[in-house]
Amino acid sequence: MSDVAASPGNTNTASAAPEQMAWDSKTRRVVLLYVPLACFLFILLFPFYWMTVTAFKPNAELYNFAEHNPLWISSPTLEHVYHLLFNTAYPKWLWTTMLVAVASTFLSLLASTLAAYAIQRLRFRGSQYVGLAIYLAYLVPPSILFIPLATMVVQLGLFDTPFALILTYPTFLIPFCTWLLIGYFKSIPYELEECALIDGATRLQILRQITLPLAVPGLISAGIFAFTLSWNEFIYALAFIQSSESKTVPVAILTELVTGDVYQWGALMAGSLLGSLPVAIFYSFFVDYYVSSLTGAVKE
Amino acid sequence: MSTAAASTAWTKVRQQPSALARLFDNKAFLIVVCLLPAVGLLMTFLTYPLGLGVWLAFTDQTIGRPGVWIGIENFEFLFEDPIFWSAVFYSVFYTAVATVGKFALGLWLALLLNQHLPMKSLLRAIILLPWIVPTVLSAIAFWWIYDPQFSIISWALMEMGLRETPVDFINSPWSARWSLIAANIWRGIPFVAISLLAGLQTISPSLYEAALLDGASPWQRFRHITFPMLMPILAIVMTFSIIFTFTDFQLVYSITRGGPVNSTHLMATLAFQRGIPGGQLGEGAAIAVAMIPFLVFATLFSYFALARRKWQQGESND
Repeated sequence: MSDVAASPGNTNTASAAPEQMAWDSKTRRVVLLYVPLACFLFILLFPFYWMTVTAFKPNAELYNFAEHNPLWISSPTLEHVYHLLFNTAYPKWLWTTMLVAVASTFLSLLASTLAAYAIQRLRFRGSQYVGLAIYLAYLVPPSILFIPLATMVVQLGLFDTPFALILTYPTFLIPFCTWLLIGYFKSIPYELEECALIDGATRLQILRQITLPLAVPGLISAGIFAFTLSWNEFIYALAFIQSSESKTVPVAILTELVTGDVYQWGALMAGSLLGSLPVAIFYSFFVDYYVSSLTGAVKE
Repeated sequence: MSTAAASTAWTKVRQQPSALARLFDNKAFLIVVCLLPAVGLLMTFLTYPLGLGVWLAFTDQTIGRPGVWIGIENFEFLFEDPIFWSAVFYSVFYTAVATVGKFALGLWLALLLNQHLPMKSLLRAIILLPWIVPTVLSAIAFWWIYDPQFSIISWALMEMGLRETPVDFINSPWSARWSLIAANIWRGIPFVAISLLAGLQTISPSLYEAALLDGASPWQRFRHITFPMLMPILAIVMTFSIIFTFTDFQLVYSITRGGPVNSTHLMATLAFQRGIPGGQLGEGAAIAVAMIPFLVFATLFSYFALARRKWQQGESND
């Protein structure tokens, strides 16, 4: 593969070209590129490998490094997963997390699509400033807000219900999604809407039949981001939910599975693995959208 | 459409849209309707709590008892509190070291990924994984990796004969501080790398060709082309990174919960500990409010110091 890259036909693309012109590349390339890259990959992925290995290791192997090589499993077991699924409320936690993530994603997508459309397409006096304000809202971190929000949640009678999370997650989802969608709407030619206006379509028809169908890729990436962010959320879920069965996965693993001084590492790792899987699977389906919108959002 | 049909349509009176449709065609009304959900939600659950938080910081509210205004007493108390100052110190230290680490390694990784590589998109997808997986869950994995007895790193070092005893990762203050920073850097690298990679790909190859013709060394090419061209994106990514590292909560709470002996408390974890389990909402809010000046300073610094180049060149900040 590296031969292909090093062939003179490719020298006009990207910044690799000068390197090849300057040096006889092969060894240099291995030392300067593949070795560091392999180190990066190893370090970035090792915790996941370790998580997986631990999740399927029987306890006897887990705590005995002298007789068993810790990097490998000699007799894999499903005991931790079984314990998690049948002796704890794990399925319930997973369900709550899913419900909260889907509901808050839906709510924020709805709100931010409308807002982005108004800011980018209806163009009123001061629309830029509304956009800027929404963008600035993204810079207010949840760590500052959770205490006052907790008092509000109690006053509104939402404490310990999923609604506390469904309503508060949009505070960090809407700014991000709106920002992403404004960028996306910008890329849709305005002429299409003008044509429709001249043909006598109402604004709602334009939004529903022209703008939204064209913005589907943008909506998908905003949706993925919102889903992942709400699956990830921790501090609000920790502060607003008390009863064991309505906790979300990240909170529940940390507060319910860690019991006493002896940590059940097998179950903890199995829980982390299972909790990461939905996002990882979701991510793998839409990885292109994800990467392109991440890079697009930064470029804006 | 045939000509006949077109001519009949021409003379036909256009069907009047219903009253509701006409209402929605009114631009002012439509703007209000479109902005209402987003602005309403943000006002209720973001702007109002922000103000409420500032107000709470000046009261002695506890859980279950409404507070009364006590002026700056909370801040006076915190000013005398060594744990608060240690949290301030560690927040700044954590942010500074982790940001430098993340950006140095992330930039390096981005430069590596910008070369010709087989399976480029797969690589990128894999590299983003640490960023996708919920922080708490990967933090738990780190917690296990840092286990005092069964740490895999200790095992590897002992197998290689580099150490006799297991490494103490999180049971003494300074090693715990460094271990947390390492975990934060690990989680931050992918985001920095992928966003800087996007920036790298917008740099035109012709610039490098020109520099090469002028005899520029690789370091000069990096210093005078790559780095300046990357500045605008670097500024934005860094602003975000600094804000979210400074207010980090999940990683520290999952791995050490502020221990050993309060040495790894960040301001966010201290605010949580005092405010929610401790019940001192007023004091917790005061700690949270004390973060705001740091955040404003960090934002202004990274924005103006780093993005200056952009508006000096007179580009529109669209």
